[in-house]
Amino acid sequence: MTTPTPEILIQMKSVNKYFGNFQALKDINLEVKKGEKIVVCGPSGSGKSTMIRCINRLEEHTDGHIVIDGNELTDKVKDINAIRREVGMVFQSFNLFPHMTILKNLMLAQRLVRKTSKAEAREIAMHFLERVKIPEQADKYPVQLSGGQQQRVAIARALCMKPEIILFDEPTSALDPEMINEVLEVMTDLAKEGMTMICVTHEMGFARSVADRVIFMDAGEIVEEAEPEDFFLNPKNERTQKFLSQILTH
Amino acid sequence: MIFDFELVADSIPKMLMGIGMTFQLLFLSAFLGLILAILLLLMRISGKWYLSWPAQVHIYIFRGTPILVQIFIIYYGLPQFEFIRDSIFWPILREPFGCAILALTLNTGAYVSEILRGGVLGVDRGVLEAGAALGLSARQKFIYLTVPIAARLSLPAYSNDFISLMKATALASTITLVDMMGIARTIVSQTFAPYEIFISLAIVYMILTWIIQKTFGRIEKYLSRYVKPEGLA
Repeated sequence: MTTPTPEILIQMKSVNKYFGNFQALKDINLEVKKGEKIVVCGPSGSGKSTMIRCINRLEEHTDGHIVIDGNELTDKVKDINAIRREVGMVFQSFNLFPHMTILKNLMLAQRLVRKTSKAEAREIAMHFLERVKIPEQADKYPVQLSGGQQQRVAIARALCMKPEIILFDEPTSALDPEMINEVLEVMTDLAKEGMTMICVTHEMGFARSVADRVIFMDAGEIVEEAEPEDFFLNPKNERTQKFLSQILTH
Repeated sequence: MIFDFELVADSIPKMLMGIGMTFQLLFLSAFLGLILAILLLLMRISGKWYLSWPAQVHIYIFRGTPILVQIFIIYYGLPQFEFIRDSIFWPILREPFGCAILALTLNTGAYVSEILRGGVLGVDRGVLEAGAALGLSARQKFIYLTVPIAARLSLPAYSNDFISLMKATALASTITLVDMMGIARTIVSQTFAPYEIFISLAIVYMILTWIIQKTFGRIEKYLSRYVKPEGLA
């Protein structure tokens, strides 16, 4: 296949993914340019998470091509970790390292993967903790923080690696309602600064204000792909219309 | 019958003279057993059948037979083989102390490796995924994430096994070792007062158990400093 042009950071071509006999992804084609913000939505079990988990190879795709910043993900990619440090990920359940303080959570991968010096890693960690507005929590353990604070730490932890892309896997779904906004604010700031983002979320307000494109998935397929205005006002596919009517009427 | 408190007071200091042997058996086999357990664990989780299978056989044999039988097989059985008598291990296996250490180590190693495996399996998959997503290698994830978390999860069960091991050291007296149990048996044969002597011995073991429990309790508390306090949702 041809090498993608440099400004395309993620390219998925005819990607299929099976779990046993179950086909989780069907012929996924997607290109994400540098600086683009993509929101992925769809009913549960539609393959949204699986798709973004394939991008940093937490799941292996069965066939098709995935190219990240010019490097194709294959079995032969010896240093998958090299790709992973360019692709940050934020999980639904935060997944902070419970046995480490917040500061150490932010320093670990910098030290081990980026080989940053201790002093510099600490400085970078504090910088990003300030960005997510919780520098005063640096010496606490994750369990001592609220869900929203933990998720902001998780975002800061991903940012510490200075990734090219950040993937968000339903970052606000596990949060109490009053904490959703503080996380969305951080994500919106990040988007404004030009970070390339793929975000699986049902926060339609966020999608409207931040996304360059909204992707709707159902049953493992990308059913519709459009700019937010079009997506919300003139959804073309019947399944999209049905989904939107279900989540927007409440 | 009359309970002879004087005999108890007399015999406890005598039995305590064997505490050094009890401690040697306990700490040496606990240490070697832990190393063996980690080795067996790594073999089991290696994903390679030729490593995992021998580990499982070892665990099955040493968990599946009484430790007294294991001690007897090693002490009475191994010297029957000439290649063992000719081997570099003979100076150790010739001595009852070496045999007792070997038996206790092999036994506790089997149990502890299963305890540690439980701990490793208990580590939240999401935490490991987060490590992977940040670019940590499998080895780094194991050392920095799995080990510390699994250690905390394993500790309560491990402290139980440590206490069992402490009590199992008493079996070493059956192969002529003079630990606390060995001394107690000698005193019994001289005084014909098994009741007082063994009750005294039981009290000594209970005190040791209490100390071990307290010590592990403190370690547990330290390792759990990052765990949500109970009742706080």
